[in-house]
Amino acid sequence: MAETINMPKLGFDMAEGLLVRWVRQVGENINKGDVLAEIETDKATVEVESSASGVVLQLIVEQGTMVPVNAPIAVVGKVGEVISNQSSVSSDQSSVISDQSKVESRKSEVALNVERSTFNVQPASLEIGSVKASPLAKKIARDNNVNLASIQGTGPGGRVVRKDVEAALTSKQSSVISVQSAQTNYQLPITNYEDHILQTTKLRQAIGRRLVESKTTIPHFYVTHEFKMDALLDMRKQVNAYLPENEKVSVNDFILKGVALSLRQFPNLNATIKGNEVTQFGHVNVGVAVTVPGGLMTVVVKDTDQKTLRQISGEVKAMAARARDGKVKPDDVDGSTFSTSNLGMYDVEDFIAIINPPEAAILAISSAREVPVVENGQIKPGWRMKATISVDHRISDGAEAAQFMQALAGFLENPVRMLV
Amino acid sequence: MTKITMREAISQALMEEMDRDPKVFIMGEEVGVWGGTYAVTKGFYDKYGAARVKDTPIAENAIIGGAIGAAMVGQRPIAELMTINFGFSAMDYIVNQAAKLHYMFGGQFTLPLVIRAVGGGGRQLGATHSQTPDAIFAHFPGLKVVSPGTPEDAKGLLKSAIRSNDPILFIEHATMYQVRGEVPEGEYTIPIGKSKVQRAGKDLTIVTYCKGLELSMKAADELAKEGIEVEVVDLRTLRPLDMEPIIESFKKTNRAVVVEEGWKSYGVGSEIVSRIYEEAFDYADAPIIRVAQKEVPLPYNRSLEQAALPQVADITAAVKEVLK
Repeated sequence: MAETINMPKLGFDMAEGLLVRWVRQVGENINKGDVLAEIETDKATVEVESSASGVVLQLIVEQGTMVPVNAPIAVVGKVGEVISNQSSVSSDQSSVISDQSKVESRKSEVALNVERSTFNVQPASLEIGSVKASPLAKKIARDNNVNLASIQGTGPGGRVVRKDVEAALTSKQSSVISVQSAQTNYQLPITNYEDHILQTTKLRQAIGRRLVESKTTIPHFYVTHEFKMDALLDMRKQVNAYLPENEKVSVNDFILKGVALSLRQFPNLNATIKGNEVTQFGHVNVGVAVTVPGGLMTVVVKDTDQKTLRQISGEVKAMAARARDGKVKPDDVDGSTFSTSNLGMYDVEDFIAIINPPEAAILAISSAREVPVVENGQIKPGWRMKATISVDHRISDGAEAAQFMQALAGFLENPVRMLV
Repeated sequence: MTKITMREAISQALMEEMDRDPKVFIMGEEVGVWGGTYAVTKGFYDKYGAARVKDTPIAENAIIGGAIGAAMVGQRPIAELMTINFGFSAMDYIVNQAAKLHYMFGGQFTLPLVIRAVGGGGRQLGATHSQTPDAIFAHFPGLKVVSPGTPEDAKGLLKSAIRSNDPILFIEHATMYQVRGEVPEGEYTIPIGKSKVQRAGKDLTIVTYCKGLELSMKAADELAKEGIEVEVVDLRTLRPLDMEPIIESFKKTNRAVVVEEGWKSYGVGSEIVSRIYEEAFDYADAPIIRVAQKEVPLPYNRSLEQAALPQVADITAAVKEVLK
């Protein structure tokens, strides 16, 4: 029997995904587990695998379409299997897709429809299930073609109620009016450098959303510590002398290991808070911010404290490469309990980072630099590196953060401890 | 319009119908010489005599059973249950005989029977004499259940009930006989099975009946001082239930609170809320809340009794909760 392939839900807060590319076309054979399509989510471009074997009978959505989670995207079945025309994709569905032009182009495609008894496709499944809204709010939104997901609810628990939708409708109208009047009054400047309007990517939007939430709801405080890096740099040189070119460990790999071991001693910084409850995570999964085209992503080394430097180094290299290629796996970016951000390669003296919610803290690591230091009354050259930890004051206090930094110094300044 | 009490309104209805139709008679405990436990039939015994105002033994199954027999042979009995709680003794006669005879005999018999019953708590009569079991009786097809909340409705509905050829349970509230209200001069009736908007408003719909109406109207006055305008819809008849004014009101306000004196579980409110969701789901802007009696046997102690019964403050709180 033919089977529908649905937009997968990758991560608990994913509501929709952009179908970037069909890897298989109609008529091609496909086995269960083969890559069918590529989708872009808030976090990454991910490959969608077929959950059935057979022939691709139908591709329900066009490339470039934003598709809600669990909505059908394709049908896989036997050759010659009949797909009868029925309105499995009703006009209701168009209201959940924000880009109208895409909807129009999609409608013709949608003409090939699917027998309900076979595919169990209900129009209701295309409602935005994750948006909490009153039935009335949903009806008004449906009638006016408004995307409920874009509306901030003011009812209990953030429920979208009538007045929220009505307010959204009013502001939509007024914003249209203001844009028009601005255009009519527009005068060319002497030199015509035109504005560039760039559509933010899903990734950029996700970063923006998460960090606004973090900076506006988490009371951050910061503790900066200067680490003596001479011993660590020496040891790195020794270790790398024995390793092939593509396996050499970085300063950051040492720091990740040191951070993980220190977190074991300070479970309060490897934690999250919800209401009046702090959860200290059992696992120590240190996240590493990686620069990718259009933003940054945090790849995660699972159980960092229990892995060797070489394992950490290898995993970070592989995940960072996938992240830069836009091919990151959901598992690569999921589950971090503490994050790090390293700008060491850009000759940075010191910087501070914004906590990556729902975590308790983040460590901002700057460059190791050779500076004049005073030891025993003598000025001499030494390698020093500053790092600043940002901590959620609801969970921890300055003294604890300072002690964590001292513990971290205990590892970074005696790096042999991280090898045993 | 003159203002009279609920007691006077019911009494007037009975007397007018007894004057109008010689087949109408009253039977029950202490309804005759004593004039009724709540003095509703005071003076009736002297006016109509023992043949039309019958004192009965303390045996509810005999009262209802006898009234059913009289109705089957063409009389128009009004049987009184001193409290609705005693109706449990006559349960088989009420729900198995009265409610079903017309059906079981293929329409050969009609049953022009009115059972007047006094229900409700708040008079410190103890757990067994203070119940509001309206929903139990409204459960049975074949039995109409009427429960008015104003003197005007009580008079008009009772007259319609006496003239009806169907068995009707007419529930009065023990604490409402002194409630005063305007009643039209002269002859009038009010049709059974019609809900009524007793107060217009735009922010929220309160659906209620009987004692709940009295409380809800007071709550509406208090809420109005805070600028909240609630619409109060009075069921008046529990079966057959008229949802039309309720749905119409809900489509306007999109929010509702249902108030009843009986227990919440499996109650009148549950029925109303279900029907609103079935008929007007797309108009709901907030979950509907029920205000009802606490789920305990009603205590005798006055403070505890009042704490267990729904109060005006419970209604205003529920309204504000739904309007959040």
